[in-house]
Amino acid sequence: MLPVHCCRPSLGALTFARRLAHIGLQMEPDRPVEAAVRTKLTQALQPVHLEVLNESHMHAVPKGSESHFRVRVVSQQFEGVSLLQRHRLVNEALKDELSTCIHALAIEAKTPQQWDSNPTVGKSPPCLGGSKHDNTMADKLKAGRD
Amino acid sequence: MNALVLSTSRCVRAGSLLRPRTARLLCSPGAQRSPADLVKKDRVVVFMKGTPAQPMCGFSNAVVQILRMHGVDEYAAYNVLEDQDIRQGVKDFTNWPTIPQVFFNGEFVGGCDILLQMHQNGDLVEELQKLGIRSALLDAEKESK
Repeated sequence: MLPVHCCRPSLGALTFARRLAHIGLQMEPDRPVEAAVRTKLTQALQPVHLEVLNESHMHAVPKGSESHFRVRVVSQQFEGVSLLQRHRLVNEALKDELSTCIHALAIEAKTPQQWDSNPTVGKSPPCLGGSKHDNTMADKLKAGRD
Repeated sequence: MNALVLSTSRCVRAGSLLRPRTARLLCSPGAQRSPADLVKKDRVVVFMKGTPAQPMCGFSNAVVQILRMHGVDEYAAYNVLEDQDIRQGVKDFTNWPTIPQVFFNGEFVGGCDILLQMHQNGDLVEELQKLGIRSALLDAEKESK
């Protein structure tokens, strides 16, 4: 069994990624964390709409980092589920990444009905430079690169 | 056991003539203050990066601004950047991976995104009411009529 590095897509995820590439969804090899996020959320929540936005450039981290993300997930699985529980489902799907390389994750979780009736999107607040004062950031950025 | 240093900031009402109080440092050498204890001490508790007077993170600042908009001026804010034990401790306590984290009456409400949605859909006014806090937005709405 191949060792699973939490910030590289697993063999299963890569196979899935190839299938997605076949239908026109490209996985960028130089953005492994984004690819893993996309794959895992797709597998866990079968979203009808999914956006994975790397917002690291909005924060006090080096260019090319994959540390700050916003995800927009529209899934039938959120029907009848509280906001908190929806976020927990997303967190659970991404628990490996969240425990290592992802420092911030903004989540928008809607049902298809909510999305259809109000497709407005959220926006992350401006960075106040907290990462510069955070001594755990170096490890997280390294985890994202390795 | 290392001394646990906590910053607690009491916020003053926006527009007050009083200066914001500086953060109070609570030093309890040898006494551990767990998140489970801290969240029960005040009706509204926020674990954030920085302080309400000087947030160090945009998401933490968003929580501060939302509470301020509702006139919530008395709450406990714990700066996780000053204490890694608290930072990891609260994440373990809630099984929630990110900061900020908001608690009402000892119950975990969520992070910035959830508080923002509650503010936008009106739920926050209701939840504050359950805590015995009248949102300033109700008065603002009344005045505009």
